[in-house]
Amino acid sequence: MEQRPDERGTARWSRRALLTGGGAGVVAALAGAGRAARAEPTNAVPPWMRAPGGPDEEYGRPSTYEAHVRRVRRPAPPERAVMSSWRTPLEHQRGIITPSGLHFSVHHNGVPAIDPSAHRLMVHGMVERPLRWDLEQLLRYPMVSRIHFLECAGNTGANAVMPMPLQAGCQELFGEVSCSEWTGVPLRVLLEEAGLKPGASWVVAEGADGGSHARSLPLKKLLDDAMVALFQNGERLRPSQGYPVRLLVPGWEGNVNVKWLHRLEVSDRPAFTKDESGMYTQILEDGRLERFAFTMEVKSVITRPSGGQLTAPPGRPTEIAGLAWSGRGKIARVDVSVDGGTTWHPATLGGPVLDRAFTTFSLPWTWDGKPALLLSRAEDEHGVVQPSRSRWKARYAAHSYNHYNAIQAWAVGADGTVENRYA
Amino acid sequence: MRVATLFLLGAALVVPIGATRADAPPRQGWGEPLTADELRPFDITVFPDGAKLPPGSGTPTQGEAIYRQRCAWCHGPTGVEGPASRLVGADGFFEWSDPLRAIRIVKNPVLALSMGGQWPYATSVFDYVRRAMPHTAPKSLSNDEVYAVSAYLLHRNGLVGRDEVMDAKSLPLVLMPGAARTVSAWPLEGTGRAPSPTSEKAGSR
Ligand code: HEC
Repeated sequence: MEQRPDERGTARWSRRALLTGGGAGVVAALAGAGRAARAEPTNAVPPWMRAPGGPDEEYGRPSTYEAHVRRVRRPAPPERAVMSSWRTPLEHQRGIITPSGLHFSVHHNGVPAIDPSAHRLMVHGMVERPLRWDLEQLLRYPMVSRIHFLECAGNTGANAVMPMPLQAGCQELFGEVSCSEWTGVPLRVLLEEAGLKPGASWVVAEGADGGSHARSLPLKKLLDDAMVALFQNGERLRPSQGYPVRLLVPGWEGNVNVKWLHRLEVSDRPAFTKDESGMYTQILEDGRLERFAFTMEVKSVITRPSGGQLTAPPGRPTEIAGLAWSGRGKIARVDVSVDGGTTWHPATLGGPVLDRAFTTFSLPWTWDGKPALLLSRAEDEHGVVQPSRSRWKARYAAHSYNHYNAIQAWAVGADGTVENRYA
Repeated sequence: MRVATLFLLGAALVVPIGATRADAPPRQGWGEPLTADELRPFDITVFPDGAKLPPGSGTPTQGEAIYRQRCAWCHGPTGVEGPASRLVGADGFFEWSDPLRAIRIVKNPVLALSMGGQWPYATSVFDYVRRAMPHTAPKSLSNDEVYAVSAYLLHRNGLVGRDEVMDAKSLPLVLMPGAARTVSAWPLEGTGRAPSPTSEKAGSR
């Protein structure tokens, strides 16, 4: 079953609400409550206050009224059905943690159904002692917890390569980024237990999926802060996130955060696996291929209002709000413009502001009812700032789409509709 | 006395954790020795110099039959048409030898990329096909079949002759167009804790 992109539904409803219900209807639609048939507010005591409530359930779920907040599977031709991208509805996220069930995933070979009792993690190659662990053994190690975003290298790629801006919302354009609390064993602990041989400098990390996904990673980074993650947001990883164990490489492109991790081969050189040979490289403007550019650079997006939504009616205070993140550290500031970049206003960063994690930002805003062009520009703690789209494009060939982090523009029309725009 | 015992206990606990050098005694951990037999079925990564390539061989002529039967329905009759990844020719939106390319890319954006144009090492073709292709039945080809179908793809890209034998010796010697185009952002870009020369693509206020 194909789920319909939610933001289109919102826009349709909202326009109707605008025509028939006036301002109040728009506010209701914006609040997200308008999708199901809405009961008119009356003075009567509602039924749920006149009877005992129902039972709870063993594993809780969101309200049925929030059923529209779900990942959307990006349509793919049937021949490619096993390779799929499931995107986070960022426009519905408030706060820095993406619920596990809404965390984006890009599957190149589907989701394997791994029996944890038959799963092993192996370390071999340039080590003193090749080792293996089962899950029970891994779970005995002291663990660390870190809140980190994960972003697909190809997130927002449509804005990089499409000649005209694709008319879509946050979920479709930006939904290949999410943020979770990850808990697991620092990879350094396991590598040192195996004993690294002199000269070791790369590790090929491999998953136990049908395609045995593999990426070569510099040992220096893995010893610095990589984690063998077993838990996400307090519970064991979901199959879609690599159950029973995944690699977490903070700040680096999603593809290297190998899910269903089962083998780490320590080496003195990269293997040039399929993804570091083609799909996850950047084509520079002069035709050269940039490989091993792992870090996801500083980026931000206004989630409210954003593509496909309707702005709150003019004249009363609301906010321009969104998310910012950087693969190099903390977010230092986010500036917002409502006039296409002529003037900029510092937004307030919501807490907590964490290293390589989503950071919320907000700017109070009262719309004057005239067309507006909303921009957000994030800067990280090292002073690295998001580039303009034209500056980003100047570095890459026309068909290069990975690591797109240019400033996003949303155009607000006089009717309150919000569209994707190149600025 | 009591203090001294505690101190000694503490030292005993701390020493193994601090022992990180390769020549240090084994760390105390939960890992079990991994035997060569346990590793063998999974030890499939091939390196650009040909390390870990298995015995076996195949030619483009042999590979063509396999391609027709097992690959063409996804990658197209000539490796160009898709819908799955393009295996032959240059990357980019346009190519004189392929006038319909722009139309196909609209339907299947990944066809703007191409193995033939981008991949730097022929060993990666063997490695990937053996571990992951055909997409619906990965690891179902024999090593001879993987050599043969890899040879066929290299032949289609004009890189090896029709009856050239590809094996552990000859495959690493094939020069791929992607090699000369390669620049590496690592180690320039760093572990991602500080700005780097590659952050230069970012703007300034
Ligand atoms: C059911 C469809 C299907 C079949 C059959 C199939 N492939 Fe693929 N192939 C794919 C898909 C989908 C991808 C992209 C996978 C990814 O991006 O992770 C792919 C990727 C590839 C790639 C990597 C291309 C690149 O540039 O990243 C190679 C090489 C390849 N296939 C070779 C083969 C060979 C050889 C066969 C036959 C033995 C074959 N494929 C059969 C669907 C298929």
